[in-house]
Amino acid sequence: MKTKGGFHQHSIMVMLAMAGLVVLNVLLALGQAGNRAAPTNHQSDYTALARVPVKAQAKRNPLEGDPDAVAAGRKLFEQHCSECHGNDARGGKRGPNLRVRVVQDATPGAMFFILTNGVVRHGMPVWSKLPEPERWQIVSFLESLHQ
Amino acid sequence: MAGQRFHFPRLLPCAGTTRIKGLPAISRRGASGPRKQGWGSIARTCFLGSLVFLLSSVFHAQSFAQESPYIVTYDHYLEEPRNLEVEFFSTAGTQRGGNGFIAFWAEFEYGATAWWTTEIYLDGQTTFNDSTLFTGFRWENRFRPLSREHFINPVIYIEYEQISEADKIIKEVEGHDVESDQAESNSVLRQGYNHELEFKLLLSKTFKGWNVAVNPLATKNLSPNNPWEFGYALGASRPLALKASPHRCNFCRENFIAGVEMYGGLGDAGSLGLHDTSQYLAPVAAWNLPSGWTLRLSPGFGLNDNSHRLLLRWGVSREFPGFTEMINHMFGGRD
Repeated sequence: MKTKGGFHQHSIMVMLAMAGLVVLNVLLALGQAGNRAAPTNHQSDYTALARVPVKAQAKRNPLEGDPDAVAAGRKLFEQHCSECHGNDARGGKRGPNLRVRVVQDATPGAMFFILTNGVVRHGMPVWSKLPEPERWQIVSFLESLHQ
Repeated sequence: MAGQRFHFPRLLPCAGTTRIKGLPAISRRGASGPRKQGWGSIARTCFLGSLVFLLSSVFHAQSFAQESPYIVTYDHYLEEPRNLEVEFFSTAGTQRGGNGFIAFWAEFEYGATAWWTTEIYLDGQTTFNDSTLFTGFRWENRFRPLSREHFINPVIYIEYEQISEADKIIKEVEGHDVESDQAESNSVLRQGYNHELEFKLLLSKTFKGWNVAVNPLATKNLSPNNPWEFGYALGASRPLALKASPHRCNFCRENFIAGVEMYGGLGDAGSLGLHDTSQYLAPVAAWNLPSGWTLRLSPGFGLNDNSHRLLLRWGVSREFPGFTEMINHMFGGRD
């Protein structure tokens, strides 16, 4: 792998890496297009909601009544959550339907808790990397679904 | 310089070329055809085609990566399950007593589960007025032992690496690593190979938008008679805005994260401490595009005489959601 003469081989490696990225990009785009065409709901498990501590359930949404929060929450949901829960939150291959009664009856605090802590053993990652206000914006969007 | 002219039909990456092992790639028209293409010309064509395609996709897609700006430090967030993140990083470094260099590495990071992320690195470097080398690979695994968020969140990091001593990516600093170790020419440095196991404890907390991460590390060279070596990395970062704007945007403040990281060696089992170690302080910034691309930039400054004076790093990464499903779909499997 050794060459004399500076950047020549470096350039080739960079170019090959970029070409690889392009190929991967195309393949994944094709694969994702196929996935979107065939959504399937799986056996959903909502027991994590029942295990949310009482103190966390009692938390109020500080952005309640803020119309921008719902719009921003919708955007965040599409960016971070729709891959698993579906674009319309009706569930996808990996995440359960969030329009069902058990979710819509949950308190904002419970939704916030699940979002923050994830359900790691069942495949939902923690989302505390989103700042707290952004997580509340997603909760606002989820609450708006039953209206 | 006809070989460097740009022809539209050649925009398709690598189209119309054949490579015979051991020989430069040639056009399918054959060596007797109107044009011969050398490696450089074909690579340049691939590059331009790829660049156009990539730039067109940077601002157009739907997934979104909320990546941290750190390049050396780790927070406790793992790759989302079944997603693949492909990253390319580069470090340009100054070198006293030798030639400056650009080291680069590609990362393929896969979220195996919500509690396990596995990652492969491929490293290389170019030293000015010297040569370009592939310097080895690393296989990294991160495990999240706790299922919920806590006041401090631990992640266990285990890495195996097989790299030559010419490796200059400086992704971690350990033991008595100092600038002068890399002053030799590549022909000398590449003679030595390291098989190392590296352990880190990634401790991290996010509070009011701020992420603070502390990563103590211990490394053991698997060759005999090498002591345990120690090091650390610290990081703090925060998005420029904590609330998302209601509209999709590339330049919203919430897409930018800025911070700082500090890293260095702590000696080895025989001589713990800061003497004969190198230490760095590096502002970091990341731009998370709604298309799933992330760009990172970090100028790192050496804090003592044993450190490189400047390590200028940049990186680009792309998140591919649903990688597993995509592979299944491609091969006709069931989800």
